[in-house]
Amino acid sequence: MCADSNSTIVAFCCHYCAYAAADLAGSMRLQYPANIRVIRTPCTGRLEVEFFLKAFEGGAAGVIVAGCEEGSCHFKDGNLIAKRRVNYTGKLLSEAGIEPERLRMVNVSAGNAPLFARAVKEMAETVRKLGPLHLAACANSTGESL
Amino acid sequence: MIVAERKSIPELLEILQGHKKILVLGCGTCVTVCLAGGEREVSIISSALRIAGRVKGLDLKIDEMTIERQCDNVFIEQTAEAIQKVDAVLSLGCGAGVQAIAERYADKPVYAGLNTRFLGILEERGVWTEKCAQCGECVLHEYGGICPVTRCAKHEMNGPCGGSREDRCEVRPDRPCAWQLIYKRLKAIGQTDRLKQIKLPRDRSAGLDGGPRVIIREDHRI
Repeated sequence: MCADSNSTIVAFCCHYCAYAAADLAGSMRLQYPANIRVIRTPCTGRLEVEFFLKAFEGGAAGVIVAGCEEGSCHFKDGNLIAKRRVNYTGKLLSEAGIEPERLRMVNVSAGNAPLFARAVKEMAETVRKLGPLHLAACANSTGESL
Repeated sequence: MIVAERKSIPELLEILQGHKKILVLGCGTCVTVCLAGGEREVSIISSALRIAGRVKGLDLKIDEMTIERQCDNVFIEQTAEAIQKVDAVLSLGCGAGVQAIAERYADKPVYAGLNTRFLGILEERGVWTEKCAQCGECVLHEYGGICPVTRCAKHEMNGPCGGSREDRCEVRPDRPCAWQLIYKRLKAIGQTDRLKQIKLPRDRSAGLDGGPRVIIREDHRI
């Protein structure tokens, strides 16, 4: 599908914290925007720069990376690695002409569902203000659209 | 290894101006190790170029490929089919790789996607430092294995300049004084006597000043 007027936000969530927080947000009946697409990842340290870029290439209007609180990574420092990669990707996006605010990292513990809901709401608000992106690869063979 | 770093995306777009179908070609050797032009960087730069192209309304078609070595004809041959399909090649190899590709495909524009910086090593994670200036007349044995030609900012061959502060280089305070390192190393291996020998000016014709260099091994020629 070509996500032409897409406002989809991809949320990469760490299995050990933010994914559980997202799950808990559901159990707690907390509301958050419907354009969030959660992708579970074993650790945010697994996420590469390409993953973020491919998400934008595929039509995402924003990407949020939700990892453990600093100092609490299940794999010691995966969230700190992710933070550096998010920062680097922000520079690349800026060079490519996209607002770096469309990519954000947050730290959420497994029990903090309200923080997760608030973080994705804020992200959705940021993306809404910036407007949709029209980057989906409709005619291009490379990259899958969202 | 050869250490390089990527050019910025706006710079690459300017270089590639006028071309629609582009092959981003990576190299699996030095530039892979220095995280500038390997398979992963090909993917990252290609993605960034596609995004930038769409933001600017350019209809860029970008293919990706990485070969083992761009400076070796055996591997360059593998690119023939992919290069035939595109208008231009953006090589993420070092300067030698870019030129090797351009020489093989004389009718195809080949551009450098990296700035080739120096010959060095990975000093710590994410930090590469220069170690060899390829002067063509190696003197490392006389200086305890620390190169004054490369690592002394003033290329001093007969002792320190006197400007260093707390063993830091006067020109680059973030780097150690090469002569401090040379002295400590020669002392550790009991060879400080070497410092008494006066070194005469180097024969610079062995370096780049003598023109492009070539090595011919008759025993290996066919």
